[in-house]
Amino acid sequence: MELLEKLTILADAAKYDAACTSSGLDRSGRPGGRGLGSAMFSGCCHTFSADGRCVTLLKVLQTNRCVCDCQYCVNRRSNDTPRAAFAPRELAELTIGFYRRNYIEGLFLSSAVWGTPDRTAELMIETLRLLREEYNFWGYIHAKAIPGADPLLTRRLGLLADRLSVNIELPSEASLNRLAPDKGKQAILSPMAQIRDSIRESRQEMAVYRHAPRFAPAGQSTQMIIGATPESDRHIMLLSQGLYDKYKLKRVFYSAYMPVSASSLLPAPAQFKPPLLREHRLYQADWLLRYYHFRAEELLDEAHPDLNPLVDPKCSWALSHMEFFPLDVCRAEREELLRVPGIGPKSAARILAARRCGALDFEGLKRLGVVLKRAQYFITCRGKMLPGLRTSPEGVLRHLVAQERPMLVQGTPEQLSLFEQTG
Amino acid sequence: MAWTQAAYRYDGSFSGFLCCVFDSYVYKESPAAFLTAEDARLSLWPEREVSADREHALRVYRSLSALGQEGRRIVVHGFLTCLEERELLLWRYLRLGYAQGRRFTGNLTHPLVSKLDQAVYRAEHEAHMYKGFVRFSEQEGLLLAEIEPKNRVLPLLRVHFCQRYPQERFAIYDRTHREALFHQGGQWAIVPLEDFRLAAPGQTEREYRRLWRRFYDTIAIEGRYNPKCRMTNMPKRYWSSMTEFQTDPAQPERKELCP
Repeated sequence: MELLEKLTILADAAKYDAACTSSGLDRSGRPGGRGLGSAMFSGCCHTFSADGRCVTLLKVLQTNRCVCDCQYCVNRRSNDTPRAAFAPRELAELTIGFYRRNYIEGLFLSSAVWGTPDRTAELMIETLRLLREEYNFWGYIHAKAIPGADPLLTRRLGLLADRLSVNIELPSEASLNRLAPDKGKQAILSPMAQIRDSIRESRQEMAVYRHAPRFAPAGQSTQMIIGATPESDRHIMLLSQGLYDKYKLKRVFYSAYMPVSASSLLPAPAQFKPPLLREHRLYQADWLLRYYHFRAEELLDEAHPDLNPLVDPKCSWALSHMEFFPLDVCRAEREELLRVPGIGPKSAARILAARRCGALDFEGLKRLGVVLKRAQYFITCRGKMLPGLRTSPEGVLRHLVAQERPMLVQGTPEQLSLFEQTG
Repeated sequence: MAWTQAAYRYDGSFSGFLCCVFDSYVYKESPAAFLTAEDARLSLWPEREVSADREHALRVYRSLSALGQEGRRIVVHGFLTCLEERELLLWRYLRLGYAQGRRFTGNLTHPLVSKLDQAVYRAEHEAHMYKGFVRFSEQEGLLLAEIEPKNRVLPLLRVHFCQRYPQERFAIYDRTHREALFHQGGQWAIVPLEDFRLAAPGQTEREYRRLWRRFYDTIAIEGRYNPKCRMTNMPKRYWSSMTEFQTDPAQPERKELCP
């Protein structure tokens, strides 16, 4: 089979995987000026595809030949689709060719289970070994750990890759049993725990001995499919929070289910619209967990198990906690500022820097680059609200909803141009 | 006593600008305009020709530490921006900075500070975008690329690309400012260059371009087609030099999703 055809099949099979970041690791090239490649902590988008998603890594499968029959997956064995596999050297050469031309930041290697999990993992390891050892490749590599593979193989994979991920696939065990009968919860969680422990060990070893082998230095991530099964947003956020707390994940990715199967266990493809807005709100809530000191329990409770589609989760939280506001930007602490809708870590840092030099007014805030569109309803400067602003609780909600509306394309499914998937 | 005004003519380089700062303090003059050699503007002020002097430039450069790391970054990177009258603004920034110390650089509500801060942010952001969007073509072992940035991003890109491709021979040409970055065996240079044209791509190069375009077309999910989001993340001005938005006349097999 021609390389072009293989690439088409195996990129097409990998595209539903949401994760395509290259962040979390700074590496300024190989010491001594040998080799090829480096990594940036912030990550780097090399292009954006027609769906607006960032493309940073060459995202392909080693093979899409699969023994599993997961209902939500395009590569399930019962699906009639062209199959292909990359030979390790072929894929390594392609990666180098793309990397030298600055098309990509590195390789994202995943795979369907071809034969046994062990055999698949060995193939992937061979590809990465060629890249690292023969081609002296020092760029970013994200590898998928194969559930069910021998822990020693997962360890080897982690020593070659920068980031490892194990997909949790679906938000609950019941859904998993129903839709992915070949994968158990344990098969997914045990490599995740193994990776967490190896990363911790590797950090400790490096503190003692600088040249200790580094295990997945950019951490691990996971992804789950949203909208194929009936879990609530609250359930999903609690799960993510648990994963961040217990498994020390760097990222949880959410992927709106795209109808790829006519299985009776899944929403019928004909009327199904991928829940893109819901996915977007989940990402926003996820950001609040990771960068804004929010807890999932604060955002959603039993009475309101789903995120409000009309306004973003932080606005929604602020509107139901008006007793917390208004905050005075000249006095509030950083954690408090981060709770104001429209103020993020960058704006908060700038406010803190600027107010050391003098009192802030609304004019000054604008000059700082703080966007007042949402924030104006929740802050005061030296005890005063924005002059001329009239507010009542319902009025605020109305305004906030009106501001969001232009971004929601009429009707459903809503598409948003707000994806901040940098790096 | 107020400083007299004068127009400064210099060679357009950063060290030349530092010499201007030096001279302005020597002669107690407040520059009213900065002119470069090719600048044909006539000024109403008495003109001072500033000759480059390494010692003077170094002395001013060392003095930047008075502004702290942040201030030094604003001055050095501020010189690379496309801001109108950037030398004048930087000169004022330095004067205020010397007077008030590093505290001054955190005063982001000051109109001058915020203006320069934003300009520098835009230049650094553009450089970050180009770290991803530069596309090299291989020609006889050399990697060649062209860009068309608003700001002078080559000095900001240099470290990144030299670290990334330590063993490659490569060149990046900046069409807007007519200068090129060359790298070979750990040595680099940024030199003015009037003209730069890529030769027709060879067989291997064309094959890689074809593979990349195919990958680019394949990776998009049709059900999520969202051209506006793509445009927000990657404005069209970058597209002209990117492989995925060009077609090979010999292989016109591309369909859909592309402009």
